[in-house]
Amino acid sequence: MSEPNTQIALTLNGEPAQVAFAPHQTLLEVLREDLGLTGTKHGCELGECGTCAVLVDGVPVLSCLVLGLTCAGKSVKTVEGMAQGARLHPLQEAFADLGAAQCGYCTPAILLVAEALLAANPSPSRDQIKELLAGNLCRCTGYIKIYEAVELAAARMRGEKAEPSREAMYGRR
Amino acid sequence: MLRLPSFKFLVPATLGDAVKWKVDSGPAGTYVAGGTDLYPNMKRRQQVPATVISLAGIPELRRISPTSLGSGVTLSALSASLPAGLSAIATAAASVSTPLLRNMGTLGGNLCLDTRCNYYDQSYEWRKAIHFCMKKDGDTCWVAPSSPRCWAVNSSDVAPVMVAIGAEYRLVGPKGERVVPAARFYHNDGINYLTKQPDEILAEVRVPPVGGWDAVYHKLRRRGSFDFPVLGVAAWIRWSGKSVAEARVVLGGVASHPQEIPEAAAALAGSGLEDEAIEKAAEAAFRPAKPMDNTDFDLSWRKQMTRVYVRRALEELRGRHR
Amino acid sequence: MAADKTLRVVGKAHRKVDAVGKVTGVLKYADDLSLPRMLYGKLLRSPHPHARIVSIDTSKALALDGVKAALTGQDLPIPFGILPVSQDEHALCPDRVRFVGDPVAAVAATTEEAATAALDLIDVKYELLPAIASPEEAITTPEPRIHDYGDSGNLHKVINLEFGDVEAGFAEADHVREDLFFFEGNTHLPMEQHAALAEWSADGKVTLWSSTQTPHYVHRALAKVLELPPARVRVIACPNGGGFGGKSDPFNHEIVACKLAMITGRPVKITLTREEVFYCHRGRHPTLMWVKTGVTKDGAITGMHFKSLLDGGGYGSYGVASTYYTGALQTVTYPVRRYKFQGARAFTNKPPCGPKRGHGTPQPRFALEVHLDKIAEDLKLDPAELRLKHLVPPQSLTANYLRVGSMGLGTCIEKVVAGSGWRQKFRKLPLGKGVGLACSSYISGAGLPIYWNNMPHSGVQLKCDRGGGVTVFCGSTDIGQGSDSILAYITAEVLGIDPFEIRVVTADTDLTPVDLGSYSSRVTLMSGNAALQAAERAREIIAPHAAAKLKIPVSELVFAGGRVFHAEDPENGMAFAEAVQAAEAAVGTVGSVGSYTPPKSAGRYRGAGVGPSPAYSYSAAVAEVDVDPDTGIVRVPKIWVAHDVGRCINAATVIGQVEGGVYMGLGEALMEEMVYRGNRNVVHKIPSLLEYKSPTTLEMCDVVTYIIEDPDPNGPFGAKEVGQGPLLPVMPAVANAVYDAVGVRVDEIPVSPEKVLKALKKKAKGEAPRVGPDRFPDVPWPEPTRVATPWEGGDGKGEAVTAHAPERQH
Repeated sequence: MSEPNTQIALTLNGEPAQVAFAPHQTLLEVLREDLGLTGTKHGCELGECGTCAVLVDGVPVLSCLVLGLTCAGKSVKTVEGMAQGARLHPLQEAFADLGAAQCGYCTPAILLVAEALLAANPSPSRDQIKELLAGNLCRCTGYIKIYEAVELAAARMRGEKAEPSREAMYGRR
Repeated sequence: MLRLPSFKFLVPATLGDAVKWKVDSGPAGTYVAGGTDLYPNMKRRQQVPATVISLAGIPELRRISPTSLGSGVTLSALSASLPAGLSAIATAAASVSTPLLRNMGTLGGNLCLDTRCNYYDQSYEWRKAIHFCMKKDGDTCWVAPSSPRCWAVNSSDVAPVMVAIGAEYRLVGPKGERVVPAARFYHNDGINYLTKQPDEILAEVRVPPVGGWDAVYHKLRRRGSFDFPVLGVAAWIRWSGKSVAEARVVLGGVASHPQEIPEAAAALAGSGLEDEAIEKAAEAAFRPAKPMDNTDFDLSWRKQMTRVYVRRALEELRGRHR
Repeated sequence: MAADKTLRVVGKAHRKVDAVGKVTGVLKYADDLSLPRMLYGKLLRSPHPHARIVSIDTSKALALDGVKAALTGQDLPIPFGILPVSQDEHALCPDRVRFVGDPVAAVAATTEEAATAALDLIDVKYELLPAIASPEEAITTPEPRIHDYGDSGNLHKVINLEFGDVEAGFAEADHVREDLFFFEGNTHLPMEQHAALAEWSADGKVTLWSSTQTPHYVHRALAKVLELPPARVRVIACPNGGGFGGKSDPFNHEIVACKLAMITGRPVKITLTREEVFYCHRGRHPTLMWVKTGVTKDGAITGMHFKSLLDGGGYGSYGVASTYYTGALQTVTYPVRRYKFQGARAFTNKPPCGPKRGHGTPQPRFALEVHLDKIAEDLKLDPAELRLKHLVPPQSLTANYLRVGSMGLGTCIEKVVAGSGWRQKFRKLPLGKGVGLACSSYISGAGLPIYWNNMPHSGVQLKCDRGGGVTVFCGSTDIGQGSDSILAYITAEVLGIDPFEIRVVTADTDLTPVDLGSYSSRVTLMSGNAALQAAERAREIIAPHAAAKLKIPVSELVFAGGRVFHAEDPENGMAFAEAVQAAEAAVGTVGSVGSYTPPKSAGRYRGAGVGPSPAYSYSAAVAEVDVDPDTGIVRVPKIWVAHDVGRCINAATVIGQVEGGVYMGLGEALMEEMVYRGNRNVVHKIPSLLEYKSPTTLEMCDVVTYIIEDPDPNGPFGAKEVGQGPLLPVMPAVANAVYDAVGVRVDEIPVSPEKVLKALKKKAKGEAPRVGPDRFPDVPWPEPTRVATPWEGGDGKGEAVTAHAPERQH
């Protein structure tokens, strides 16, 4: 019924990896089912929500619409590859600090898109963050804690001593 | 999870091989570039090709210069790399779907985008519940059940701009190459919406040299991202001093092809885009626009919006000429 | 209760206990699980909105390579449903389908591809029945009945309640106004599609991991339908990738996965596609509403008559409760002296509606807040002033016998009025810009359980380890709102330890005591109180032995900072672990239990079970809008919202809930809707994340959040709910702001550009500048149940007016 499996070699979260799968399998399926990396989530499998985003050669893409085969020789990064050893990525720290992950389901994709954004622009404005995250739906947060977390992480990555604002954590009284 | 059907995947390195392999695979073969249009359709079983031939391995398709745009350039790269004089193309490209999708989707893919309809862009099971539709597996166009044709909508953002500015497409096929004006590339039929032969590849878009003309693109949709246009207005003006030497107004999202409105162009010719001329052109665009009940929003509102969006597009052009 | 300044954990902003698991992708949601030899299950769904099943042949499907089992309704004949009065669902329809998407058969195969292919080989013969697409049709088409139960024909439920003489109320009024409103249905749209993994072991036990908000109810449904002793069924709720009420019913796929596992002896996983999630639905009921209110010159409500007609879809779900909720909380938000409520829910051939964030109250809230805006204008009063003049007194009983505790609405209104610059803006902004105000109240948990019992609603077991570790076991389910963290913070507060040194084990029917589930904004209050009681009991176990070792009276002992010490002499103390050791040496293993049962409600009339709550939260919002008069497109740049949460347990998660509630409300206000093609087999028009419009970053407004803390005696440390309340005022605030901006009334949700433009055109033509429903159909109401109000000397009991009022079983 299915075409025979093909094996590819790629760089996965910074390490060389090999994996074999059928040609019609998407990167999303290969990551979750063949490589056991279930940190990458899915919400529609049609490119309509952004939940499955990963980085291929540093570029955020929808893993539900990328064939696994086309990743041969490329570098793929998932949320599992963000922390450095036991140390969380500054974005992960900031998302945890601010409660930017409520149910946490859209979080892995948003973290990766934000990482790519900060790599290209270490000091994005609020509007630039909104533009770049406009392809990632979140039903829990209203996005506000996400913007604040990206801004906090950006500041920390620029070497500034930054903490969440009192209003972000306690509101107005 | 919604999964792709099984298929054979080929990655040719040259246009020649691509065309040859496509011919060899027959009608069950299809080209793919970014995959953002084809793969969702395949998951919904709107298309079930046995062989998928990727154009991603052909370097020449990714070349870009101010007058020649390779069809394989991603929409992100396109909107980031065009000169100011081609801002209408950049605007249209940057308005497609989301940043994520634009990192994958290509210029050629958007220009060849399958026509869309909310009776057609549904899963196999959903379509079964309405006994399928004319465009795939059925006999009736549910948008207009007595109609002999399919009313699926051209939902490309970039195509109306290409038609408006008079771009030309270079096609490469088994019988060699040909160049067609963008307007002639499209056909007002939801099923046979391209005049391109199935084996031909849209390789390159030739853009008129910048200077003496200006164009804008205005898009109507529910949300600032994700959504296809329910109305796109591409307006182009060749100026002669302070007056309009020549104009084109092209609507997207209201027909199965980018719909050129010659009456609107006629209303603008010789004017200085004064309010009166603009109103006349907007009215001229409003009349033939015939949105159907197969996209987001109420169709009568969409029709009314043609007037507003054409006016606003032309006002922007007037403002930019001062 | 501890005084504010002595609190060390409660009220502070903390990370959630599962935050690191979420940002690293380590946390396992249901679809992330897989087991050796696992099969993939798929459901075959009906392509017809209403039909009798004549025959089903699965033989060709079973013959397909890789297919291991097939099921039909005959294999699972026992009905289920969330409410005892609506046991009207089957895991697979045995004889009748009631909407496009209703499941009729299922397969399990070694790959998802094979399972999908097998579905197409199942041959189902149907005999088509006329379909009903709207509640109006349901009223005029009593036959054929969609269900053979319900109050009459295709009306599932009709309610008629009168508290005091409402006509006398209107007679007393200086002004009486009637309005009609419609609120379109919408859905939860959690980012995670429902998934369930079932495992059967040869010793006769089944385990289900599922994305559910209510593992306890799923446990009950599985035991019933699978005919297994409950002790042999284990349900584990995985972290939910969003719920919002959409994962609160037991679902077909959960039962089917278990049955397939039982038949094949292999684990079976079913993950729904996004389209299938739309068919599970249980979202907001489309609701038509009529309201008539009498007011004095200064706006005091002398009488209110409210009617609602709900489109229930194909099954009961929580619908009876939803219907009561459309009439229950009117009196909690503002004082209503005399009140009449008539509500009806119709069956239609569409996916079933149920509880979405705000359950049954956003629709009437929208109607009433817009209605009040109009009344304020009629009376030439500022809408904020009108509301401020008529607040429900704290610690009072409403006309329908709901007991209000703390009541912070006045402060909420003052905050958003001041913060938004209301007085400088209202009716003073240029054309196209406007502000609108609205308020709301909401329950902090339902006073009664879903099935009748007199046991606690939430239980906690607490284990103190001699190493100082504490584990909290509770049946509650974290759906992203942070309920696991609440258990840790409260326990940490009482025992004086670090919340991040507490292990929380939740939502596992084998390991944790029952909590009824994450719905009705009940978890912080109820499981919080249970945790509080368990922790206090643990402290009582530990304290005497620590005090004895320190040679001080127990009353002078303080638990704080991971130590137990003398209040006057902090140096005289020991580590918490040493205190546990002292207790363990003296009394053995240190553990405790706590539980929570809500106070008895005052109402004793039929229907009094919906509305009572241990505490009510209050919210107020001001929305600012930009309306494009050429297109009718509404943009919302900013919303100011104040919420009386009683007390924050974690300030940061409170803000997260407020912002998320505003987001969801904004989507409902402007664009979200479940729409069907009534003339095309009643198919769902847009079952996709692309065409069902959920706001992106580019539509979301700025939010200014004011937290009001008016502690309620029934809440843990005074806490009330925040998960649902802040959504409620958003829709009416936006609609009122649109009127302020361009002078037209859109008395329908969503306030779409088409409707705004239509109203603007009517205004330009000199017609009434309004778009909205114009009639409420004749509903065969039963005779009213009359209840004397508390101030008439009522005792909370109702009496049916005539002897032959229709009898209804509950």
